[in-house]
Amino acid sequence: MLNYTLRRLMFTIPTLLLISFIIFLILDLAPNDPTGNLPLTIPPEVREKIRASLGLDAPMFVRYLLWCNQFFINEPLNMLYEGFNWCIGDCENRLRVTSWSTRSPVVDLIIERLPQTLWVIGMSYVVGILIAVPIGVISAYKQYSWFDQAGTFVSMIGFSVPTFFTGVLLIVVFSVMIPNDSWFWLPSIYDTTHVVTGLDSAGEWHFSTLWSNLSFQFRQMLMPVMVLALYNAAQISRFMRASMLDNLSQDYVRTARAKGLKEKTVLLVHVLRNSMIPVVTVIALGVPQIFGGAIITEQIFKVNGLGQLLIVGIQGADIPLVQTLTFLFAVLIVIFNLIADVLYGLLDPRIRYE
Amino acid sequence: MFDDKKTPLLRVRNLKMHFPIYRGLMKKQVGAVKAVDGISFDIFEGETLGLVGESGCGKSTAGRCVLRLYEVTDGSIELDGQNIAELSGKELRAKRPEMQMIFQDPQASLNPRMTVGSIISEPLVEHRKMTKVERSARVDELMDAVGLARRYADRYPHEFSGGQRQRIGIARALALNPKFIVCDEPIAALDVSIQAQVVNLLEDLQEKYGLTYLFISHDLSMVRHLASRVAVMYLGKLVELGPSETLYTAAQHPYTQALLSAVPHPDPAKAGNINRIILEGDVPSPSNPPQGCNFCTRCPRAIDICHQDEPEWRQIGEDHFAACHLIE
Repeated sequence: MLNYTLRRLMFTIPTLLLISFIIFLILDLAPNDPTGNLPLTIPPEVREKIRASLGLDAPMFVRYLLWCNQFFINEPLNMLYEGFNWCIGDCENRLRVTSWSTRSPVVDLIIERLPQTLWVIGMSYVVGILIAVPIGVISAYKQYSWFDQAGTFVSMIGFSVPTFFTGVLLIVVFSVMIPNDSWFWLPSIYDTTHVVTGLDSAGEWHFSTLWSNLSFQFRQMLMPVMVLALYNAAQISRFMRASMLDNLSQDYVRTARAKGLKEKTVLLVHVLRNSMIPVVTVIALGVPQIFGGAIITEQIFKVNGLGQLLIVGIQGADIPLVQTLTFLFAVLIVIFNLIADVLYGLLDPRIRYE
Repeated sequence: MFDDKKTPLLRVRNLKMHFPIYRGLMKKQVGAVKAVDGISFDIFEGETLGLVGESGCGKSTAGRCVLRLYEVTDGSIELDGQNIAELSGKELRAKRPEMQMIFQDPQASLNPRMTVGSIISEPLVEHRKMTKVERSARVDELMDAVGLARRYADRYPHEFSGGQRQRIGIARALALNPKFIVCDEPIAALDVSIQAQVVNLLEDLQEKYGLTYLFISHDLSMVRHLASRVAVMYLGKLVELGPSETLYTAAQHPYTQALLSAVPHPDPAKAGNINRIILEGDVPSPSNPPQGCNFCTRCPRAIDICHQDEPEWRQIGEDHFAACHLIE
């Protein structure tokens, strides 16, 4: 298994290099211009100079290699320097991948945005799984019961109604129609600057302050989390149900019953464990989406996470930012594909990787 | 009727298993598949009752009903004088250690994610208060009994051959010292050479532990070898039941005769002389059995009454029962 993993990791290197080149090509072919958002009064010669100062006058291939140098060599070295204070080469004046619109290193921007995305989108994924697994299990165990029918109906809605609709619908109901002094009112804008702490403005620790901060954080996360959780749960619960149904009709379940085991043991130990094998891989394959951030949902609730960063980058033709972010998503997808494969091998003793 | 000294371990009376068929928008019940339709038999302690019949005649369903792996529609199943058909969930679980089953497909009937050791010891965890050491000692003992090396206890079922897997299934069934075991075509999925090994193992275990078997099979020669009495089933009903030797030499029911005439003869020179009874047509659907005798549509000797009245199940010789109008 270890050998298999290492060999697969080795193969990811050429794959990722190819992906990075293709992303660069596509971005270069895109008809956008980093000076496009500047005032029209700026004369063309000046625009040309701005473009040259960004390095856009060099041929595409040269720019690609420069990005490779910055991303694959300078950034890791810089991490070593900032993280462990190990200085290799000229660590003070190293050229990092820099965003054109904000003039800040792209990696710093990503690290800045990551917590919001992980909190909100990650939480929605966890909530989605926690909702989906029991629904899938009960739906399969009581196939065609009213619970199963209701579960199928809700999943169908979760599948087919886009998040930009459910998100706006929730805002209309919980932020607009419900008066904002009501207990049910929820904020429609996610406040990133909110810090959960027990210290009040005078710097003293109070439990009540901590409690009100916590409950505010909970309330502002509730809507975006639920919108995405509905979508995730819809998918995962269908997988769970199908996989449970597959296993419930297997002979070993009858064996387990013939052993005189409790129905709970039969269901949770025998059937559920076997049914989780495909579901776990599906869940692992979905993790890169968390990092990608749900672009639309983040936009609706003004969560300034990675998805929002990507949208702003695309609008401003911020090629280094978009290139780096897209490439990191590709890395995550490749890595989590590998993780899903390895998990499958670990969970199912019948699978052997040689 | 019966020898008074012998009391049956298992007494099945008028067992029925009907699976409802639902159709249409409102899922109305439009009929039922009568997989088992009123069968009665006894099994005595320490004997093997063979249950034979062609595919789809309901023999496996009957076996599963006897252990109440299905909720039976009607009838009684008394094991040691206790009616299994009426036990509640908890009482039934408590009764499970006494009755076990060996399944047909040794691959599918073992949980692929459990090691052999945990498959065999799981019933012990559930029903016996044993320490871990005692349990693993019992697992070793069982693996010895079925002829598996003890060091295989940590392996998974897929690492074994078909015959070895069936041995695991047998060890698992034996774990709780059952009195009565239903063998549901335990050899059908195995090679002929392995079949003999497994059958011999079953015989040895029967002798050693005093087991009682209900042996379900479509292999007539194997049943003749193994069973002391044989029951023949057709379309959810028993057509004939009798001591093995009587049944194989002097079958009374036309269906049994046809079935026995289909057994291949090992000597090709003699094989040509056998007078084969070829049955015409297909088995009727168990959801819509014919009027009168179930076998009347294919019986070569059917007379008028066969199409009207259902034949009675009655004794026709010593320990010999059949249901046919032609037998006087």
